[in-house]
Amino acid sequence: MRSRLLFSSLCAAMTLVPVASVVASDLVVSVELPVLEVAEYHEPYVALWIENEKGESVNLAVWYQLEERGQKSDKGEEWLKDMRQWWRRIGRDTDMPVDGVSGATRAPGKHTVTFTEGKAPLGKLKSGNYVLMVEAAREVGGRELVKVPFTWPAKTAAEQNAKGSKELGEVKLTVTP
Amino acid sequence: MNHFFKTTLCAALVLCLPLTAQAHRAWLLPSATVLSSDDAWVSIDAAVSNDIFHADHAPMRADGVVITAPDGKTLEVKNANTGKFRSTFDVQLPQKGTYKIAMVSGGLMARWETETGERKMWPGRGEKANPADFDKVVPKKAKNLEVSQSSRRMETFVTSGSPTDTVLKPTKQGLELVPVTHPNDLFAGEAATFQFQMDGKPVAGVKVTVIPGGMRYRNEQAAIEVETDKKGNIVITWPQAGMYWLSASYRDDKAKKPATSRSGSYAATFEVLPE
Repeated sequence: MRSRLLFSSLCAAMTLVPVASVVASDLVVSVELPVLEVAEYHEPYVALWIENEKGESVNLAVWYQLEERGQKSDKGEEWLKDMRQWWRRIGRDTDMPVDGVSGATRAPGKHTVTFTEGKAPLGKLKSGNYVLMVEAAREVGGRELVKVPFTWPAKTAAEQNAKGSKELGEVKLTVTP
Repeated sequence: MNHFFKTTLCAALVLCLPLTAQAHRAWLLPSATVLSSDDAWVSIDAAVSNDIFHADHAPMRADGVVITAPDGKTLEVKNANTGKFRSTFDVQLPQKGTYKIAMVSGGLMARWETETGERKMWPGRGEKANPADFDKVVPKKAKNLEVSQSSRRMETFVTSGSPTDTVLKPTKQGLELVPVTHPNDLFAGEAATFQFQMDGKPVAGVKVTVIPGGMRYRNEQAAIEVETDKKGNIVITWPQAGMYWLSASYRDDKAKKPATSRSGSYAATFEVLPE
């Protein structure tokens, strides 16, 4: 009897006192790798990163060849430079692989990745205007860069998207407040 | 002037023209300049031809190639070979950073006339100069005595991983390009700034020609011609991606004794990537 009273009082108290949000903001990115009808298909190298207006960048994800003949290998690093803008802005100054950022190449389809503010690799973001960059380079194929601008933080959940024309399909970005 | 005289004069002038009306261009061509592998190598072509970068005339001997690693050490070329139209050699890149691959030559030259009007030169045609011989062979006073200091440099740059600038520092000898924009950070549509120095000092009036490769597939040289400004700088905005040959020459009379004039010629190959 006493515990029930305590419980309902607590509930009442909680509804009266505003509670600060303990849910961190998210960047949810969906990257579509198109199905391509080509004689020789290799899963593309893909890099995701964000840049601010000053050109400073945060490395978010890099999908590339991590193995050679079933064993972990650095051989795949040879073609990281083919993601030209990622290489120039981030890659060449980064010692790959990086935990939480590196991953294996992915098959055609939609791939969703979530980055949480305050957690690696996103970390803390100052408020301002940013661009999400997604660059793909495919062996015996092409290379494409797709940009999605966004503002941080978002007051309400907002979705932006952009579409590549060859090597990338739809890139959707949802910023949750 | 009567017709006969005019014809004879024309014929005489034609015979006086040098047999090679056009000086051939010597160039280096790296297989890549931006590398991301931990076990990076590049292969370099060295050739002499008119059409950039088509090796269709003569090989350049690559004996004197000097490879400078990011830490300043000198590395050896591997797998050197000279074929019919080009020499090739490989460069292993064990360190991360920027490497310079260069061929440098130069020295003192003298020309004069003896009392009997005979023209003399040192070093003799096809001979290599031994600087110690200068005082013995070249007279202190002679008719039309010209002593000049010449320098020749040909180079290219490659970077494994993050670019560094140790090898970009000037040697302060002869005519050289001192990059302001890093030579392995060149992109189509962007402007690159390079400074030219002669014996360590920036010089104005260096004549620079920049030509993109693939000459066989177009109807003109498409050369960009510029001259260095007071600070010794040129700015090139690359019209498209590809390999470019840059050639520069300079001469003046601010030479160190016993030379009365100095000259420098410089050539380099740069890779410009698409955006």
